[in-house]
Amino acid sequence: MARAAVLGRLTWRVATVVATRRETATARTVVLDVPGWPGHLAGQHADLRLTAEDGYTAVRSYSMSSVAEGDRIEVTVDEVENGEVSPYLTQVVDIGDQMEVRGPIGGWFVWRPEQTEPVQLIAGGSGIVPLMAMIRARTSAERAVPFRLLYSTRGPESLIYRDELRKPVGGLDVTYAYTRRAPEEWPGTVGRINAGTIAAATWPAAFEPTCYVCGPTGFVELATRLLVEAGHDQASIRAERFGPSGGRSS
Amino acid sequence: MTDFVDVNTVAGELRDVFAVDMTTATGRCAHCGRTAPLADAKLYGPTPGFVLRCRGCDTVLMRMVSAPGRTWLDLSGLSFVEVVTG
Amino acid sequence: MAIVSRGFTGRPHAERADLPPGQYLTKDFPVLSAGPTPVVRTDDWQFTITNETGQRHTWNWAGFRRLATERFTVDLHCVTRWSKLRADFEGVSLDTLFAGVDTAAEYAMVHSYGGYTTNLPLADLLDGQAWLAFRFGGKDLAAEHGGPARLLVPHLYLWKSAKWVNGITLSYQDEPGFWESLGYHDYGDPWREQRYWGD
Repeated sequence: MARAAVLGRLTWRVATVVATRRETATARTVVLDVPGWPGHLAGQHADLRLTAEDGYTAVRSYSMSSVAEGDRIEVTVDEVENGEVSPYLTQVVDIGDQMEVRGPIGGWFVWRPEQTEPVQLIAGGSGIVPLMAMIRARTSAERAVPFRLLYSTRGPESLIYRDELRKPVGGLDVTYAYTRRAPEEWPGTVGRINAGTIAAATWPAAFEPTCYVCGPTGFVELATRLLVEAGHDQASIRAERFGPSGGRSS
Repeated sequence: MTDFVDVNTVAGELRDVFAVDMTTATGRCAHCGRTAPLADAKLYGPTPGFVLRCRGCDTVLMRMVSAPGRTWLDLSGLSFVEVVTG
Repeated sequence: MAIVSRGFTGRPHAERADLPPGQYLTKDFPVLSAGPTPVVRTDDWQFTITNETGQRHTWNWAGFRRLATERFTVDLHCVTRWSKLRADFEGVSLDTLFAGVDTAAEYAMVHSYGGYTTNLPLADLLDGQAWLAFRFGGKDLAAEHGGPARLLVPHLYLWKSAKWVNGITLSYQDEPGFWESLGYHDYGDPWREQRYWGD
Protein backbone atom coordinates (compact mmCIF):
# COMPACT_ATOMS: atom_id res chain seq x y z
CA MET A 1 0.00 0.00 0.00
CA ALA A 2 2.67 2.49 0.97
CA ARG A 3 4.90 1.09 -1.79
CA ALA A 4 2.40 2.14 -4.42
CA ALA A 5 2.55 5.65 -2.98
CA VAL A 6 6.20 5.98 -3.99
CA LEU A 7 5.32 6.55 -7.66
CA GLY A 8 3.17 9.07 -9.47
CA ARG A 9 2.41 12.73 -8.96
CA LEU A 10 0.94 13.68 -5.64
CA THR A 11 -2.42 15.39 -5.35
CA TRP A 12 -3.38 17.97 -2.78
CA ARG A 13 -6.02 16.56 -0.46
CA VAL A 14 -8.31 18.43 1.92
CA ALA A 15 -7.38 17.93 5.57
CA THR A 16 -9.44 18.77 8.65
CA VAL A 17 -8.00 19.21 12.13
CA VAL A 18 -9.64 16.71 14.50
CA ALA A 19 -7.42 17.15 17.55
CA THR A 20 -4.36 18.97 18.85
CA ARG A 21 -1.95 17.96 21.60
CA ARG A 22 0.59 20.24 23.26
CA GLU A 23 3.99 18.57 23.52
CA THR A 24 6.18 21.40 24.89
CA ALA A 25 5.86 25.16 25.34
CA THR A 26 6.71 25.57 21.65
CA ALA A 27 5.69 22.27 20.03
CA ARG A 28 2.25 20.93 19.27
CA THR A 29 0.95 17.82 17.53
CA VAL A 30 -1.84 18.42 15.04
CA VAL A 31 -4.06 15.45 14.16
CA LEU A 32 -5.56 15.62 10.68
CA ASP A 33 -8.30 13.68 8.95
CA VAL A 34 -7.36 13.34 5.27
CA PRO A 35 -9.96 11.43 3.25
CA GLY A 36 -8.23 9.24 0.69
CA TRP A 37 -4.84 9.28 2.44
CA PRO A 38 -2.84 6.44 0.80
CA GLY A 39 -0.93 5.52 3.94
CA HIS A 40 2.70 6.24 4.77
CA LEU A 41 5.92 4.74 6.08
CA ALA A 42 7.66 5.81 9.28
CA GLY A 43 10.03 8.69 8.50
CA GLN A 44 8.08 10.20 5.61
CA HIS A 45 6.75 13.73 5.62
CA ALA A 46 3.82 15.66 4.23
CA ASP A 47 3.58 19.11 2.67
CA LEU A 48 0.89 21.31 4.26
CA ARG A 49 -0.63 24.16 2.26
CA LEU A 50 -2.44 27.00 4.01
CA THR A 51 -4.60 29.49 2.14
CA ALA A 52 -5.58 32.90 3.51
CA GLU A 53 -8.90 34.63 2.77
CA ASP A 54 -7.26 36.72 0.04
CA GLY A 55 -5.90 33.66 -1.72
CA TYR A 56 -2.33 33.97 -0.42
CA THR A 57 -0.81 30.51 0.11
CA ALA A 58 2.14 29.11 1.99
CA VAL A 59 3.50 25.55 1.84
CA ARG A 60 5.69 23.88 4.43
CA SER A 61 6.89 20.30 5.05
CA TYR A 62 6.35 18.43 8.32
CA SER A 63 7.41 14.94 9.29
CA MET A 64 4.60 12.65 10.33
CA SER A 65 4.88 11.42 13.89
CA SER A 66 2.16 8.79 13.66
CA VAL A 67 1.80 5.28 12.38
CA ALA A 68 -0.32 5.00 9.23
CA GLU A 69 -3.93 4.52 10.30
CA GLY A 70 -6.58 4.97 7.65
CA ASP A 71 -7.31 8.63 6.90
CA ARG A 72 -5.63 9.95 10.03
CA ILE A 73 -2.16 11.52 10.17
CA GLU A 74 -0.35 13.41 12.91
CA VAL A 75 2.36 16.01 12.49
CA THR A 76 4.33 17.60 15.31
CA VAL A 77 5.23 21.23 14.68
CA ASP A 78 7.88 23.14 16.63
CA GLU A 79 7.44 26.88 16.52
CA VAL A 80 10.14 28.82 14.68
CA GLU A 81 10.64 32.40 15.86
CA ASN A 82 9.22 34.86 13.32
CA GLY A 83 8.01 31.93 11.27
CA GLU A 84 5.18 32.41 8.83
CA VAL A 85 3.45 29.04 9.24
CA SER A 86 4.65 27.37 12.44
CA PRO A 87 3.15 29.98 14.82
CA TYR A 88 -0.19 29.48 13.08
CA LEU A 89 -0.04 25.70 13.50
CA THR A 90 1.20 25.78 17.09
CA GLN A 91 -1.04 28.56 18.40
CA VAL A 92 -4.00 29.35 16.16
CA VAL A 93 -5.23 26.24 14.36
CA ASP A 94 -8.13 24.48 16.08
CA ILE A 95 -10.49 21.54 15.66
CA GLY A 96 -12.52 21.92 12.48
CA ASP A 97 -9.99 24.12 10.65
CA GLN A 98 -8.97 23.04 7.19
CA MET A 99 -5.84 23.00 5.04
CA GLU A 100 -4.45 20.91 2.21
CA VAL A 101 -1.97 18.08 2.45
CA ARG A 102 0.28 16.44 -0.17
CA GLY A 103 2.07 13.19 0.53
CA PRO A 104 3.50 10.94 1.69
CA ILE A 105 6.90 12.21 0.57
CA GLY A 106 10.38 10.74 0.79
CA GLY A 107 11.50 7.15 0.38
CA TRP A 108 15.08 7.58 1.64
CA PHE A 109 14.58 8.39 5.28
CA VAL A 110 12.19 5.55 6.13
CA TRP A 111 12.16 2.51 8.40
CA ARG A 112 10.18 -0.48 7.25
CA PRO A 113 9.04 -3.18 9.68
CA GLU A 114 10.52 -5.78 7.28
CA GLN A 115 14.04 -4.56 8.14
CA THR A 116 15.78 -7.04 10.46
CA GLU A 117 19.00 -5.27 11.45
CA PRO A 118 19.39 -3.26 14.70
CA VAL A 119 18.49 0.42 14.41
CA GLN A 120 20.28 3.46 15.83
CA LEU A 121 18.23 6.65 16.01
CA ILE A 122 19.94 9.98 16.71
CA ALA A 123 17.76 13.07 17.15
CA GLY A 124 18.72 16.72 17.52
CA GLY A 125 15.88 18.92 18.79
CA SER A 126 12.76 18.61 16.63
CA GLY A 127 14.57 15.91 14.64
CA ILE A 128 12.90 13.52 17.07
CA VAL A 129 9.63 13.73 15.11
CA PRO A 130 10.26 11.25 12.24
CA LEU A 131 12.26 9.01 14.59
CA MET A 132 9.28 8.82 16.94
CA ALA A 133 7.22 7.61 13.99
CA MET A 134 9.76 4.81 13.56
CA ILE A 135 9.57 3.88 17.26
CA ARG A 136 5.76 3.86 17.13
CA ALA A 137 5.79 1.82 13.91
CA ARG A 138 8.03 -0.76 15.56
CA THR A 139 5.62 -1.09 18.49
CA SER A 140 2.56 -1.18 16.25
CA ALA A 141 4.06 -3.88 14.02
CA GLU A 142 5.13 -5.81 17.12
CA ARG A 143 8.70 -6.08 15.90
CA ALA A 144 11.46 -7.20 18.22
CA VAL A 145 14.25 -5.47 16.27
CA PRO A 146 16.52 -3.75 18.84
CA PHE A 147 16.33 0.05 18.70
CA ARG A 148 18.53 2.60 20.45
CA LEU A 149 17.67 6.29 20.55
CA LEU A 150 20.10 9.10 21.38
CA TYR A 151 18.04 12.29 21.82
CA SER A 152 19.96 15.52 22.11
CA THR A 153 18.05 18.64 23.08
CA ARG A 154 18.55 21.98 24.84
CA GLY A 155 16.98 21.02 28.15
CA PRO A 156 14.30 18.84 29.75
CA GLU A 157 11.64 21.47 28.99
CA SER A 158 12.20 21.00 25.27
CA LEU A 159 11.79 17.20 25.24
CA ILE A 160 9.01 16.28 22.82
CA TYR A 161 7.08 13.04 23.61
CA ARG A 162 8.71 13.11 27.04
CA ASP A 163 6.08 11.04 28.88
CA GLU A 164 5.83 8.46 26.13
CA LEU A 165 9.60 8.03 25.93
CA ARG A 166 9.77 7.61 29.70
CA LYS A 167 7.60 4.52 29.57
CA PRO A 168 9.82 1.45 29.25
CA VAL A 169 9.42 -0.36 25.93
CA GLY A 170 11.06 -3.76 25.48
CA GLY A 171 13.94 -3.62 23.02
CA LEU A 172 14.07 0.21 22.96
CA ASP A 173 16.91 1.92 24.79
CA VAL A 174 16.74 5.72 25.18
CA THR A 175 19.61 8.03 26.16
CA TYR A 176 19.27 11.78 26.53
CA ALA A 177 21.92 14.41 25.94
CA TYR A 178 21.38 18.00 27.06
CA THR A 179 23.17 20.88 25.42
CA ARG A 180 22.21 23.83 27.65
CA ARG A 181 20.39 22.77 30.83
CA ALA A 182 20.19 19.35 32.46
CA PRO A 183 17.64 18.02 34.97
CA GLU A 184 18.54 18.15 38.63
CA GLU A 185 20.95 15.43 39.67
CA TRP A 186 21.92 14.75 36.07
CA PRO A 187 25.00 12.52 36.29
CA GLY A 188 26.25 13.37 32.80
CA THR A 189 27.77 16.50 31.31
CA VAL A 190 25.98 19.31 29.48
CA GLY A 191 27.02 20.17 25.95
CA ARG A 192 27.15 18.89 22.37
CA ILE A 193 27.40 15.17 21.72
CA ASN A 194 30.92 13.87 21.22
CA ALA A 195 32.83 10.63 20.66
CA GLY A 196 32.24 9.67 24.29
CA THR A 197 28.47 10.02 23.91
CA ILE A 198 28.54 7.84 20.82
CA ALA A 199 30.68 5.21 22.53
CA ALA A 200 28.43 5.07 25.59
CA ALA A 201 24.99 5.38 24.06
CA THR A 202 24.93 3.89 20.56
CA TRP A 203 25.26 0.49 18.92
CA PRO A 204 28.83 -0.54 18.17
CA ALA A 205 29.66 -0.51 14.47
CA ALA A 206 30.22 -4.27 14.64
CA PHE A 207 26.47 -4.76 15.10
CA GLU A 208 26.02 -3.18 11.63
CA PRO A 209 22.96 -1.13 12.52
CA THR A 210 21.13 1.16 10.13
CA CYS A 211 21.47 4.65 11.58
CA TYR A 212 18.90 7.43 11.18
CA VAL A 213 20.09 10.92 12.07
CA CYS A 214 17.71 13.90 12.03
CA GLY A 215 17.90 17.50 13.18
CA PRO A 216 19.50 20.82 12.24
CA THR A 217 22.28 20.50 9.66
CA GLY A 218 25.07 21.29 12.11
CA PHE A 219 23.92 18.52 14.45
CA VAL A 220 23.49 16.02 11.62
CA GLU A 221 26.95 16.71 10.20
CA LEU A 222 28.48 16.28 13.66
CA ALA A 223 26.59 13.08 14.51
CA THR A 224 27.31 11.56 11.10
CA ARG A 225 31.01 12.32 11.39
CA LEU A 226 31.11 10.79 14.89
CA LEU A 227 29.39 7.62 13.65
CA VAL A 228 31.81 7.25 10.75
CA GLU A 229 34.76 7.83 13.11
CA ALA A 230 33.31 5.10 15.36
CA GLY A 231 33.53 2.70 12.43
CA HIS A 232 30.06 2.82 10.91
CA ASP A 233 29.80 2.50 7.14
CA GLN A 234 28.67 5.78 5.54
CA ALA A 235 26.16 3.82 3.47
CA SER A 236 24.40 2.61 6.61
CA ILE A 237 23.71 6.16 7.82
CA ARG A 238 20.58 7.96 6.59
CA ALA A 239 20.14 11.62 7.38
CA GLU A 240 17.48 14.27 7.18
CA ARG A 241 18.65 17.84 7.72
CA PHE A 242 16.28 20.53 8.93
CA GLY A 243 18.46 23.57 8.27
CA PRO A 244 20.24 25.85 10.71
CA SER A 245 17.05 27.25 12.24
CA GLY A 246 16.12 23.82 13.51
CA GLY A 247 13.11 23.43 11.27
CA ARG A 248 12.61 22.46 7.63
CA SER A 249 9.55 24.60 8.00
CA SER A 250 8.88 28.05 9.37
CA MET B 1 29.79 25.29 7.17
CA THR B 2 26.25 24.20 7.87
CA ASP B 3 24.27 26.49 5.60
CA PHE B 4 22.88 23.64 3.51
CA VAL B 5 20.24 20.94 3.91
CA ASP B 6 19.50 17.88 1.78
CA VAL B 7 17.23 16.76 -1.02
CA ASN B 8 14.51 15.68 1.46
CA THR B 9 13.66 19.40 1.80
CA VAL B 10 12.52 19.63 -1.82
CA ALA B 11 11.20 16.10 -2.22
CA GLY B 12 7.63 17.36 -2.70
CA GLU B 13 8.62 19.91 -5.38
CA LEU B 14 10.64 17.25 -7.20
CA ARG B 15 7.60 14.94 -7.16
CA ASP B 16 5.72 17.68 -9.03
CA VAL B 17 8.21 17.40 -11.87
CA PHE B 18 9.36 13.79 -11.77
CA ALA B 19 6.77 11.12 -11.20
CA VAL B 20 9.32 9.16 -9.17
CA ASP B 21 10.89 9.68 -5.75
CA MET B 22 14.16 11.53 -6.33
CA THR B 23 15.26 11.15 -2.70
CA THR B 24 16.10 7.50 -3.39
CA ALA B 25 17.89 8.26 -6.67
CA THR B 26 21.62 7.89 -7.26
CA GLY B 27 23.64 10.27 -9.40
CA ARG B 28 27.14 10.68 -10.83
CA CYS B 29 28.84 14.08 -10.64
CA ALA B 30 29.78 15.10 -14.18
CA HIS B 31 32.78 17.00 -12.80
CA CYS B 32 34.54 14.59 -10.42
CA GLY B 33 32.78 11.29 -11.10
CA ARG B 34 31.59 10.76 -7.51
CA THR B 35 28.57 8.45 -7.63
CA ALA B 36 26.36 8.70 -4.58
CA PRO B 37 22.73 8.87 -3.43
CA LEU B 38 21.26 12.31 -4.16
CA ALA B 39 20.34 12.32 -0.46
CA ASP B 40 24.09 12.59 0.23
CA ALA B 41 24.49 15.85 -1.72
CA LYS B 42 24.35 19.33 -0.22
CA LEU B 43 21.22 21.36 -0.94
CA TYR B 44 21.46 25.15 -0.93
CA GLY B 45 18.40 27.35 -1.19
CA PRO B 46 15.60 26.39 -1.77
CA THR B 47 15.00 30.03 -2.54
CA PRO B 48 15.38 31.77 -4.92
CA GLY B 49 16.06 28.38 -6.49
CA PHE B 50 17.56 25.20 -5.17
CA VAL B 51 21.11 24.18 -5.94
CA LEU B 52 22.31 20.65 -5.23
CA ARG B 53 26.10 20.38 -4.94
CA CYS B 54 28.41 17.38 -4.99
CA ARG B 55 29.62 16.49 -1.51
CA GLY B 56 33.00 15.65 -2.95
CA CYS B 57 33.84 18.68 -5.11
CA ASP B 58 31.02 21.25 -4.49
CA THR B 59 30.21 21.45 -8.21
CA VAL B 60 26.55 22.05 -9.03
CA LEU B 61 24.78 18.75 -9.78
CA MET B 62 21.27 20.04 -10.26
CA ARG B 63 19.39 23.35 -10.11
CA MET B 64 15.66 24.03 -9.96
CA VAL B 65 13.54 27.18 -9.98
CA SER B 66 9.80 27.00 -9.26
CA ALA B 67 7.47 29.81 -10.37
CA PRO B 68 3.67 29.82 -10.35
CA GLY B 69 2.69 27.32 -13.04
CA ARG B 70 6.27 26.74 -14.29
CA THR B 71 9.39 24.98 -13.12
CA TRP B 72 12.88 25.10 -14.67
CA LEU B 73 15.44 22.37 -14.23
CA ASP B 74 19.12 22.06 -14.99
CA LEU B 75 20.51 18.55 -14.61
CA SER B 76 23.71 19.18 -16.58
CA GLY B 77 25.89 18.58 -13.51
CA LEU B 78 24.82 14.93 -13.35
CA SER B 79 26.19 12.58 -15.96
CA PHE B 80 23.54 10.07 -14.95
CA VAL B 81 20.65 9.70 -12.55
CA GLU B 82 19.41 6.25 -11.56
CA VAL B 83 15.88 6.19 -10.17
CA VAL B 84 13.92 3.43 -8.46
CA THR B 85 10.79 2.80 -10.50
CA GLY B 86 9.31 -0.18 -8.73
CA MET C 1 -13.04 24.85 -4.63
CA ALA C 2 -10.31 26.57 -2.66
CA ILE C 3 -9.92 25.58 0.97
CA VAL C 4 -9.40 28.57 3.24
CA SER C 5 -7.45 28.03 6.47
CA ARG C 6 -9.32 30.00 9.12
CA GLY C 7 -7.18 32.59 10.83
CA PHE C 8 -4.17 32.19 8.54
CA THR C 9 -2.90 35.44 7.08
CA GLY C 10 0.74 34.72 6.31
CA ARG C 11 3.32 37.46 6.37
CA PRO C 12 1.90 40.93 5.93
CA HIS C 13 1.60 41.32 2.18
CA ALA C 14 -0.83 44.18 1.69
CA GLU C 15 0.14 46.69 -0.99
CA ARG C 16 2.18 49.61 0.32
CA ALA C 17 3.15 52.67 -1.65
CA ASP C 18 6.82 52.38 -0.72
CA LEU C 19 7.10 48.70 -1.64
CA PRO C 20 7.13 47.18 -5.12
CA PRO C 21 4.18 44.87 -5.93
CA GLY C 22 4.13 41.55 -4.08
CA GLN C 23 6.79 42.46 -1.51
CA TYR C 24 6.60 42.43 2.30
CA LEU C 25 8.66 44.45 4.71
CA THR C 26 11.32 42.83 6.89
CA LYS C 27 13.55 44.30 9.58
CA ASP C 28 15.97 41.35 9.25
CA PHE C 29 18.52 40.85 6.54
CA PRO C 30 17.87 37.29 5.32
CA VAL C 31 20.77 35.30 3.92
CA LEU C 32 20.06 33.27 0.80
CA SER C 33 22.76 31.43 -1.05
CA ALA C 34 23.45 29.10 -3.95
CA GLY C 35 26.50 27.55 -2.38
CA PRO C 36 29.00 27.63 0.46
CA THR C 37 30.06 31.07 1.68
CA PRO C 38 33.42 31.85 0.09
CA VAL C 39 36.17 32.75 2.52
CA VAL C 40 38.22 35.52 0.94
CA ARG C 41 40.98 37.33 2.78
CA THR C 42 41.50 40.95 1.82
CA ASP C 43 45.20 40.09 1.26
CA ASP C 44 44.11 37.85 -1.61
CA TRP C 45 41.16 39.92 -2.85
CA GLN C 46 41.15 41.22 -6.40
CA PHE C 47 38.56 42.95 -8.55
CA THR C 48 38.98 43.09 -12.33
CA ILE C 49 37.02 44.91 -15.02
CA THR C 50 37.65 43.30 -18.42
CA ASN C 51 36.39 45.18 -21.45
CA GLU C 52 35.18 43.74 -24.75
CA THR C 53 38.68 43.61 -26.21
CA GLY C 54 40.12 41.78 -23.23
CA GLN C 55 41.78 44.83 -21.71
CA ARG C 56 41.88 44.49 -17.92
CA HIS C 57 41.80 46.90 -14.99
CA THR C 58 42.57 45.27 -11.66
CA TRP C 59 42.45 46.51 -8.09
CA ASN C 60 43.80 44.81 -5.02
CA TRP C 61 42.27 45.60 -1.64
CA ALA C 62 44.66 48.42 -0.78
CA GLY C 63 44.13 50.07 -4.16
CA PHE C 64 40.38 49.64 -3.91
CA ARG C 65 40.26 51.20 -0.46
CA ARG C 66 42.17 54.25 -1.66
CA LEU C 67 39.32 55.14 -4.02
CA ALA C 68 36.67 57.70 -3.07
CA THR C 69 33.90 56.09 -1.03
CA GLU C 70 30.33 57.06 -0.27
CA ARG C 71 28.02 56.19 2.57
CA PHE C 72 24.52 55.62 1.23
CA THR C 73 21.10 54.35 2.27
CA VAL C 74 19.08 52.22 -0.13
CA ASP C 75 16.05 49.95 -0.25
CA LEU C 76 16.64 46.26 -1.05
CA HIS C 77 14.04 44.12 -2.83
CA CYS C 78 14.58 40.37 -3.02
CA VAL C 79 12.73 38.28 -5.60
CA THR C 80 11.72 35.94 -2.74
CA ARG C 81 9.44 38.83 -1.70
CA TRP C 82 11.15 40.42 1.26
CA SER C 83 12.12 44.06 1.15
CA LYS C 84 14.44 45.83 3.54
CA LEU C 85 14.16 49.60 3.54
CA ARG C 86 16.85 52.14 4.33
CA ALA C 87 19.80 49.77 4.49
CA ASP C 88 22.97 51.68 5.23
CA PHE C 89 26.13 50.83 3.30
CA GLU C 90 29.50 52.30 2.47
CA GLY C 91 31.23 51.62 -0.84
CA VAL C 92 32.79 52.79 -4.05
CA SER C 93 30.56 53.98 -6.87
CA LEU C 94 30.85 51.93 -10.08
CA ASP C 95 31.23 55.31 -11.84
CA THR C 96 34.57 55.68 -10.01
CA LEU C 97 35.69 52.18 -11.03
CA PHE C 98 34.62 52.67 -14.65
CA ALA C 99 36.18 56.15 -14.92
CA GLY C 100 39.33 54.87 -16.61
CA VAL C 101 37.71 52.04 -18.56
CA ASP C 102 37.50 52.37 -22.34
CA THR C 103 34.43 50.59 -23.70
CA ALA C 104 31.73 50.61 -26.35
CA ALA C 105 30.05 47.51 -24.93
CA GLU C 106 26.48 47.54 -23.68
CA TYR C 107 26.34 44.46 -21.45
CA ALA C 108 28.04 43.42 -18.26
CA MET C 109 28.49 40.04 -16.61
CA VAL C 110 29.29 40.21 -12.91
CA HIS C 111 31.46 37.41 -11.45
CA SER C 112 31.82 36.29 -7.86
CA TYR C 113 34.20 34.15 -5.85
CA GLY C 114 32.52 30.72 -5.76
CA GLY C 115 31.30 30.93 -9.36
CA TYR C 116 28.06 32.93 -9.15
CA THR C 117 27.29 35.20 -12.10
CA THR C 118 24.61 37.74 -12.97
CA ASN C 119 24.13 39.90 -16.06
CA LEU C 120 22.79 43.41 -16.61
CA PRO C 121 23.13 46.30 -19.06
CA LEU C 122 26.26 48.39 -18.40
CA ALA C 123 24.05 51.48 -18.31
CA ASP C 124 22.37 50.12 -15.15
CA LEU C 125 25.74 50.04 -13.38
CA LEU C 126 26.52 53.70 -14.06
CA ASP C 127 25.14 57.17 -13.25
CA GLY C 128 25.01 56.66 -9.51
CA GLN C 129 22.97 53.47 -9.70
CA ALA C 130 25.51 50.96 -8.37
CA TRP C 131 28.30 50.50 -5.83
CA LEU C 132 30.87 48.00 -4.68
CA ALA C 133 29.97 47.96 -0.98
CA PHE C 134 32.29 46.83 1.80
CA ARG C 135 30.51 48.12 4.92
CA PHE C 136 26.96 47.60 6.15
CA GLY C 137 25.40 49.26 9.17
CA GLY C 138 28.70 50.89 10.04
CA LYS C 139 30.65 47.61 10.20
CA ASP C 140 32.72 45.61 7.74
CA LEU C 141 30.43 43.61 5.46
CA ALA C 142 30.07 40.11 6.91
CA ALA C 143 31.02 37.15 4.73
CA GLU C 144 27.46 35.80 4.80
CA HIS C 145 26.26 39.11 3.32
CA GLY C 146 28.90 39.14 0.59
CA GLY C 147 32.03 40.45 2.28
CA PRO C 148 34.75 41.53 1.60
CA ALA C 149 32.80 43.39 -1.12
CA ARG C 150 29.50 42.94 -2.90
CA LEU C 151 27.76 44.69 -5.75
CA LEU C 152 24.70 46.77 -4.94
CA VAL C 153 22.27 47.70 -7.71
CA PRO C 154 19.18 48.60 -5.66
CA HIS C 155 16.89 49.49 -8.57
CA LEU C 156 16.89 45.81 -9.63
CA TYR C 157 15.97 42.68 -7.66
CA LEU C 158 18.65 41.75 -5.16
CA TRP C 159 19.90 38.67 -7.04
CA LYS C 160 21.58 41.17 -9.38
CA SER C 161 23.55 42.57 -6.42
CA ALA C 162 26.15 39.83 -6.52
CA LYS C 163 27.92 38.93 -3.30
CA TRP C 164 31.68 38.19 -3.10
CA VAL C 165 32.28 40.10 -6.30
CA ASN C 166 35.62 39.62 -8.05
CA GLY C 167 35.07 41.01 -11.54
CA ILE C 168 32.93 42.41 -14.32
CA THR C 169 33.33 41.50 -17.97
CA LEU C 170 31.90 43.64 -20.74
CA SER C 171 30.55 42.48 -24.07
CA TYR C 172 28.35 43.37 -27.03
CA GLN C 173 26.17 40.32 -26.29
CA ASP C 174 23.76 39.87 -23.43
CA GLU C 175 24.46 36.47 -21.84
CA PRO C 176 22.33 35.15 -18.97
CA GLY C 177 23.94 34.60 -15.58
CA PHE C 178 23.38 31.90 -12.96
CA TRP C 179 19.69 32.54 -12.20
CA GLU C 180 18.86 34.29 -15.49
CA SER C 181 19.66 31.07 -17.30
CA LEU C 182 17.14 29.12 -15.26
CA GLY C 183 13.91 31.13 -15.32
CA TYR C 184 14.69 34.39 -13.57
CA HIS C 185 14.02 37.53 -15.59
CA ASP C 186 16.87 38.90 -17.69
CA TYR C 187 16.43 42.49 -16.39
CA GLY C 188 14.60 42.19 -13.04
CA ASP C 189 12.82 45.51 -12.34
CA PRO C 190 10.91 45.04 -9.05
CA TRP C 191 8.54 47.94 -9.83
CA ARG C 192 7.33 46.11 -12.93
CA GLU C 193 7.47 42.80 -11.02
CA GLN C 194 9.86 41.22 -13.50
CA ARG C 195 10.61 38.06 -11.53
CA TYR C 196 10.59 35.32 -14.20
CA TRP C 197 10.98 34.89 -17.98
CA GLY C 198 8.09 36.44 -19.80
CA ASP C 199 6.98 38.65 -16.92
